[in-house]
Amino acid sequence: MASLITCPHCGRRPTQEFTIRSDASLKRPAPDASQADWHDYVFLRPNPRGRHSEHWHHSAGCRRWLVVERDTVTHEVYGVRDVVSDLAGGAR
Amino acid sequence: MMRYSAFSVFLQGLTGNKGWASAWGSPTPKSHYDVIIVGGGGHGLSTAYYLAKTFGFRNVAVLEKGYVGSGNVGRNTTIIRSNYLLPGNNPFYELSLKLWEGLEQDFNFNAMVSQRGVLNLYHSDGQRDDYARRGNAMRLHGVDAELLDREQVRKMVPFMDFDNARFPIQGGLLQRRGGTVRHDAVAWGYARGAASRGVDVIQHCEVTGIKRDGYRVIGVETSRGFIGCDKLALATAGNSSVVADLAGIRLPIESHVLQAFVSEGLKPFIDTVVTFGVGHFYISQSDKGGLVFGGDIDGYNSYAQRGNLAMVEHVAEAGVSMIPALARVRTLRSWGGIMDMSMDGSPIIDRTHLDNLYLNAGWCYGGFKATPASGYCFAHLIARNEPQETARAFRLDRFERGYAIDERGAGPMPNLH
Repeated sequence: MASLITCPHCGRRPTQEFTIRSDASLKRPAPDASQADWHDYVFLRPNPRGRHSEHWHHSAGCRRWLVVERDTVTHEVYGVRDVVSDLAGGAR
Repeated sequence: MMRYSAFSVFLQGLTGNKGWASAWGSPTPKSHYDVIIVGGGGHGLSTAYYLAKTFGFRNVAVLEKGYVGSGNVGRNTTIIRSNYLLPGNNPFYELSLKLWEGLEQDFNFNAMVSQRGVLNLYHSDGQRDDYARRGNAMRLHGVDAELLDREQVRKMVPFMDFDNARFPIQGGLLQRRGGTVRHDAVAWGYARGAASRGVDVIQHCEVTGIKRDGYRVIGVETSRGFIGCDKLALATAGNSSVVADLAGIRLPIESHVLQAFVSEGLKPFIDTVVTFGVGHFYISQSDKGGLVFGGDIDGYNSYAQRGNLAMVEHVAEAGVSMIPALARVRTLRSWGGIMDMSMDGSPIIDRTHLDNLYLNAGWCYGGFKATPASGYCFAHLIARNEPQETARAFRLDRFERGYAIDERGAGPMPNLH
């Protein structure tokens, strides 16, 4: 894992400033979705060997939620963006 | 099979040690096996051993992509214990501890099983209550547990920082039957025991595909060609998601890296296993004299068998907080292993949606101590198609049914277990 992560708001910061939540590829089902859909979302993980995107919280920095794209084998970081850029309406 | 004994060592010594036979061969894969086990680590090999020894299977292969013991069975901190709280877990780990107690005689290999005790320290009244509860649960299951006060702990391990300002040591929960085992010897002993009963232990043979006919597995594609089977068993913890994906199964598992460390060799210093209640830190001393210690998982998905310096620093801080003398000790080596972190911190030993595909996965960082029982229960499941009594709770569908076995109470967040 890289020792420094480039936060889009704060620049290059130590990895320890961030809190890793979970896989960013999972899509939260609608509240009235089936039990099976909710089970898949809450419990099942693609757990890829290779390229992976994750939700990271810059908890000791700007406190923004970020999406970090990285490799789970080489630990190379491909890119970091604010979660807002993934939402409809585009980047902030 | 050549039987190992003091007499055989003596006899071989007289004849220049030229008569030792290899412990397991390097067989060429047959075209078909009754059972193929994917993964030649501790769990795969022990499964093969009990399949052959207890359940009478002869035509069995273990396929290992590296060499025997190249994965987590050689990368752990060698601790065995059965100090679990929950009814779904405790009887299983106690079965494992009982198997450890008779293991060396059973497979005729010196695994250096040492019941030197496992001591969990507590640092607050709340933690004491928690440990008292766990100790009581263990005793209700017929497992040994003792709650020690500060002075009793001081008698056992006097060199710790009892008056640490943030984490004063108030006492500990002790399981005297816990301890350590020479981890490589476990892999070697099971491989030798299985091979001597006709199991083909095939190294450097990677499974690249699972061939199916409807809901039946008919064999596996490997780096050494297609091999057919009646039953396929997966025991590839660390890479479970990758292998299960070959059968189209998505698992409630994330792969995380856990680091471990060993110091330079020292004179006898710690004669038990001690765990610190700060996040996580545990330490014991190997027979060679090195202090073997580790901490928590790094906390991010990883398939790389190496960790991050941030966790190295954290482990060192925790260690020195617990035993100030550690500040003078030099670390010799560190390494990482890939953990199958499941969604509740407990393992999976179950059938799958395919008729003849069996899954052994999700061991988190508790796989080593479970090696004998995991193999025994998995072999039972493969042979009889029904779970062994103590492993009934380890179902793949338990999350769907609302029966998670969440020892830590952390919810479906694998990096928090």
